[in-house]
Amino acid sequence: MHELALSTAILETVMRHAKGRRVTQVDMTIGTMRQVVPDSLDFYFGVVTRGTLAEGAKLEQEIVPAELRCRDCSRNWNPDPDFPDFRCPGCIGSNIQVLAGTEFEVESINVHEPDADQAPAQDKEAECIAPR
Amino acid sequence: MHRTKVRVAEDALDANTTIAEANRHDFDHSDVRVVNLMSAPGAGKTTLLERVLDDLGDLRAGVLEGDVKGSFDADRLAQMHVPVTQLNTDPSFGGECHLDANMVRTAMPQLPLEDIDLLVIENVGNLVCPAEFKVGEDARAMICSVTEGEDKPLKYPLMFRTCELVVVNKIDLLPHLDFDLDALLANIEAVNPGAETMLVSAKTGEGTEVFSSWLQRVGARAPAAA
Repeated sequence: MHELALSTAILETVMRHAKGRRVTQVDMTIGTMRQVVPDSLDFYFGVVTRGTLAEGAKLEQEIVPAELRCRDCSRNWNPDPDFPDFRCPGCIGSNIQVLAGTEFEVESINVHEPDADQAPAQDKEAECIAPR
Repeated sequence: MHRTKVRVAEDALDANTTIAEANRHDFDHSDVRVVNLMSAPGAGKTTLLERVLDDLGDLRAGVLEGDVKGSFDADRLAQMHVPVTQLNTDPSFGGECHLDANMVRTAMPQLPLEDIDLLVIENVGNLVCPAEFKVGEDARAMICSVTEGEDKPLKYPLMFRTCELVVVNKIDLLPHLDFDLDALLANIEAVNPGAETMLVSAKTGEGTEVFSSWLQRVGARAPAAA
């Protein structure tokens, strides 16, 4: 449903890190709480990348299940995706911490790097490795 | 030519969040609190605002009206003696189904920030995308009308979880509907435990003073340090 808007945000992030290089793959981590439909995201990513340096790039989606923790009784659990109850199944408390499931991260991209001997200019970007 | 893997490790919505923080900074600078009001199309955002905008006491409110097309809602609210600014996503922003931080940023010069204490951003009617995009707000509120079905919190948890207030509208219709209000409230509590709820009819005015008070309370909040 909102995959078109999200695809545009992914493309913007990818292009900023690609710095003019051709992109062949994008690796993402996506939490189930983002309600993203993987096939739909794949489709729209293909649409928004048309005519860009990421055209034809493969979108790898690692799906992360939601994991919650009750701060009151220290119980951890995975909520039912079809009935997302955010109260603790143990003590019915609502002092809940979301441990996982909200991710929407571009982890890495694969780019075509010109070889040093054929591209003397500008491209020293292989080290644009952002520390986590 | 060889292949390299470039580590990115960045939330894909970071760029939007950065602009939202800049918006928030500017709103804070003018001492304006901001409410992002969201709902499905037709839930009654504009009608509710028509009800409450002249019932805010000393609080000076303004509205940023987000729509895909046209100025139907802004024209209605212009009768209310409050400054209304129209922001259309079509054609400048590709007819997007939500407002994002950059769109609000472009509208900033037209907002009379020195003349208001509270800005209500009436988002584009949609229960999905608006939840993803911060615009620089202090508080998020949504309207869920009783004609929409009591299962909506379970179908759109992203939206219901992101709002601190859920206004249940059109309660004047309850006698005519096969609608389980208790089930709706239980579903809201399951998805967003502790969320504030209020029952109103924007049409008859029943309960809307509670929403007016809530807006006044948000207007009186201290700016949250961004």
